[in-house]
Amino acid sequence: MNRVTLITLQVLAGFAFLLVWHLLTTVPMANGKPLFAPFFFSTPLDVLARTWKDITGGELWRHIGITLLETMLAFVIGAGGGIIVGFAFARRELLAAVFDPYVKAANALPRVVLAPIFALWFGLGIWSKVALGFSLVFFIVFFNVYQGVKEVSPTVLSNARMLGMNERQLLRHVYWPAALTWMFSSLHTSVGFALVGAVVGEYLGSSAGLGYKIHEAESVFDVTGVFSGMLILTIFVIVIDTIVTAIENRLLVWRPDTAAKTA
Amino acid sequence: MSSAAAITLSAPSPAATSAAPAVALHDLAITFQLKNGEQHKAVSNIDLSVAPGEFVAIVGPTGCGKSTLLNAAAGLLKPSAGSVQIQGEALSGLNAKAGYLFQADALMPWKTAIDNVAVALEPQGVPRAEALLRAKDWLGRVGLKSFAQRYPHMLSGGQKKRVALAQMLIRDPQILLMDEPFGPLDAQTRQIMGNLLLDLWAADKKAVMFVTHDLEEAIALADRVVVMSAGPAARIVGDFRIPLGRPRDIAEIRTEAAFHDIHKSIWASLRGEVQKAYAQEEALAQKEDGK
Repeated sequence: MNRVTLITLQVLAGFAFLLVWHLLTTVPMANGKPLFAPFFFSTPLDVLARTWKDITGGELWRHIGITLLETMLAFVIGAGGGIIVGFAFARRELLAAVFDPYVKAANALPRVVLAPIFALWFGLGIWSKVALGFSLVFFIVFFNVYQGVKEVSPTVLSNARMLGMNERQLLRHVYWPAALTWMFSSLHTSVGFALVGAVVGEYLGSSAGLGYKIHEAESVFDVTGVFSGMLILTIFVIVIDTIVTAIENRLLVWRPDTAAKTA
Repeated sequence: MSSAAAITLSAPSPAATSAAPAVALHDLAITFQLKNGEQHKAVSNIDLSVAPGEFVAIVGPTGCGKSTLLNAAAGLLKPSAGSVQIQGEALSGLNAKAGYLFQADALMPWKTAIDNVAVALEPQGVPRAEALLRAKDWLGRVGLKSFAQRYPHMLSGGQKKRVALAQMLIRDPQILLMDEPFGPLDAQTRQIMGNLLLDLWAADKKAVMFVTHDLEEAIALADRVVVMSAGPAARIVGDFRIPLGRPRDIAEIRTEAAFHDIHKSIWASLRGEVQKAYAQEEALAQKEDGK
């Protein structure tokens, strides 16, 4: 199947879904009411109209800005912490052995239950959301970096040592790039989790952000507002994911699969 | 071994120089601790000495511990008995005088070809600009001038070996340790790489320990071929001097009558060991299946 046909079919499938939604929520049935009440299901046109109004108005951008800020802070701090601790654990056997059960236990805890504690500790501002995002990102990056440093090819390592590299040079030329590779391979997941942390945090208690907007609409039974918030959140995630892919392709140019993609 | 004596007369021996041997293994044994607690004796009673500038090939059946011997000379493995002397001094830690060419890919995949070569000079404290210049020169010598900016995955198997060769030689080590370096390559590429190696080696003869399972390759390249027995506790069972002149073309030398004579006499001592190794492998497989 060629590309044009595929895209046409993809667009048609989307339209078909919207059309069914539209018909079910607007065409009156025998009892004079549509099958799906617009109060519960809204209508596609209403959602699009609301989204357009939000995007052109100034209010929405403040919420997007705050969610973006929380996501980035959670990612940067979480990834930084994960890299440092991952490195330390991978290079110091004893440290890893002692803390192993605690790390596993901490990671087993569903992070959402931490949200109230973080709200108590850090208030309702951005930092409680950053903390929630951090608690998610940290473990992903930590496990990946730990694995990456542990699983450096023994041949590459022996070769570097035979070239006369000392511990510092090994760190710089072998361990660090290996760890970064693994971190970047989990970039999509960890950025995604940073965003989940931010939005869930906002949803559970805040006064700004995309999660807050959805929560606000929900609390007044504004289904159109909820769907519109979800649509904006989806677009927001797709944009971030595209940027992450671009960064990844740039940084991992030496990796066979990504190079094939960009070529 | 006595069969080799006749040949030795016609071969000029580089070992005749008075300097201490580049590598001397004395009564060496290496034992591995297996996961199930058993001890596996890889090699034992190894006495081998490589003179400065001498090219020694080590052949033996698969799994006989040829690579183990190299790793001991490199300092990557600690012998459980015996001694390793490098240029007359006991080896402790890694062998800083040796370069090592691995069988598997050993290049840093995140560095370009030129960076992989240049980084080899960093431990010696060579400034980066100069290192890059010298790396460029070396890439030219191994015929990869226009591939400097490629990452390893963009290079063919033979090209990767060339980069690895440049990475090893740019440091100017006095001893070259090579572990079946051309094993993964196809036949034509192996010949080209063999000739390239001989050319580079001829420029300033270094001591070489070259491990291979390919007897023809060993004879074509080396001054001396050492035959190891089947493992475990593999020993040296033959030591043959190769009376072929230099410079050699390793594709053409295979057609010479002298080549065939040597091949015949070395194969006579190697064949039994190879068959023994196969029989052992089969017995082991049967034992494992029987469990």
